[in-house]
Amino acid sequence: MMESLATFLNGYLPEGVTTLIVIMIKIVAILLPLILAVAYTTFAERKIIGYMQVRMGPNRVGPKGWLQPIADTLKLMFKEIISPTKASTIVFFVAPMLALAPALAAWVVIPFWDGGVLADVNAGLLLILAITSLDVFGIILAGWASNSKYAILSSLRVGAQMVSYEIAMGFALVGVLMAAGSLNLSDIVRAQDGGIQNWFAWPLFGLLLVYFISGVAETNRAPFDVAEGESEIVAGFHVEYSGMAFALFFLAEYASMILISTLTALLFLGGWLSPFGDLLNDVPVLGFILGDGFHWLFIKSFFFLFCYLWFRATFPRYRYDQIMRLGWKILIPVTLVWIFGEGVAIALGWKPWL
Amino acid sequence: MTFELFIFYLFSAVTLFSAVAVVTVRNPIYSALFLILAFFSSAAIWILLEAEFLGVVLVLVYVGAVMVLFLFVIMMLDIQIDTLKEGFIRYLPVGILVAVAVATEMILVMRSDAFKVDIPDAAPLSVNNTEALGEVLYTEYVFPFEVASVILVVAIIAAIVLTLRRRTGVKKQDPSKQVRTRSEDRVRLVKMKAEKRL
Repeated sequence: MMESLATFLNGYLPEGVTTLIVIMIKIVAILLPLILAVAYTTFAERKIIGYMQVRMGPNRVGPKGWLQPIADTLKLMFKEIISPTKASTIVFFVAPMLALAPALAAWVVIPFWDGGVLADVNAGLLLILAITSLDVFGIILAGWASNSKYAILSSLRVGAQMVSYEIAMGFALVGVLMAAGSLNLSDIVRAQDGGIQNWFAWPLFGLLLVYFISGVAETNRAPFDVAEGESEIVAGFHVEYSGMAFALFFLAEYASMILISTLTALLFLGGWLSPFGDLLNDVPVLGFILGDGFHWLFIKSFFFLFCYLWFRATFPRYRYDQIMRLGWKILIPVTLVWIFGEGVAIALGWKPWL
Repeated sequence: MTFELFIFYLFSAVTLFSAVAVVTVRNPIYSALFLILAFFSSAAIWILLEAEFLGVVLVLVYVGAVMVLFLFVIMMLDIQIDTLKEGFIRYLPVGILVAVAVATEMILVMRSDAFKVDIPDAAPLSVNNTEALGEVLYTEYVFPFEVASVILVVAIIAAIVLTLRRRTGVKKQDPSKQVRTRSEDRVRLVKMKAEKRL
């Protein structure tokens, strides 16, 4: 469909402009559903945690509360945005954008189905690591620009935490790329072809755990949510933000949560691949659903997203020094040992482990 | 002008502008931010040159790790902008001298024979950048590569040892010890007979 549109536009416009328009349309096609997903993740969070705690959750706006996220958005949009005096106004308003932009930009290399990717980059995994490492700037700058001691204390905490957990995350990804032999995300998924027993989740189970735990820490979610702390630092780095400026941080947090869930599904659970392999492709009517497709990626990422909410309802928070101990003294050594073992297995040519 | 040329000029302009701004803006935080922008746009130029691995690593290492630490340090300092401006005239002659020396050196280097090579053709797309770099690093240049990594490890250990100090008499918690406690160590369940009714 995109090709026919491109050829149609080429008749009227110079080639560069056509490329730009087609890319823009694709970006909008990814971002609109993503933002909608973010809005309904907040709703799902409140509902799911509500049911886990035996209460109803939001149920007043719209049927069964389904319009709640829309009402929240409207409320945030019409709220006054206050900027603190004696603060750096430019950095104060650039910071939320810097927090949101990497969380959205990383989706450029995510393959939704076979070939359904905006930019099929060779070094896709590295690109994701690089883009997500920019997340931390939005938070650090927000803390500094607020001219508030609570905000800066929180941003220092978060900054140190995110930089530490990025290392464990990177090592977990090294294990995946060793197993797949490629940095391209589509190739990594294709390397897991052939049913549920070929997924990287089994040989790389330790790395899956390390990756997801660091992902939770990276997005500052419970039980690692030390960015906030009502008794010590109020609302954390965004304590001075109101209205839409605050909403951008909120959006960034949930967009990164969805990103980490999708990445875990792609790297360890075979992304768009069906758990049955090609076995059930010929089943009448249902073959379309049982075969590979976007819906499998959706289900798998939804599972990890559910885990995020589950953790929040289940675990008490970590103390800060214990967070650092977990990252540096447990997760990083685990990944190092695992990568060493994997390297030996690859060097000796032990295929059955994969 | 092709689309690629347009992007090249855009990123070059941003790089030059932010590089100048790093040394001209007064607030050190803004300097650091412009340095980040300069790194980022030069990474984009490297990617345009089909060196996508180097470009991505530049962002990952310099922007994602080094600059975060820079910002940390600058944020913790209490900076008085007025004192930073003091003595501008006094140090101006020395500054001009250094600037002229650096400029002449750079011009001499750029005009040397080492830079008079023809522009090579674009590399074939059969081998990707990351793979090619990896193969060269671990075969031809394996010895310098290993030496460099050993030096880095030594540097890490040296930095840790320099800053490590143990004070006595500090009430410090040991998380690994705390995590390893069991309920049997803390609570003693005692079975007692019920008191007789009087």
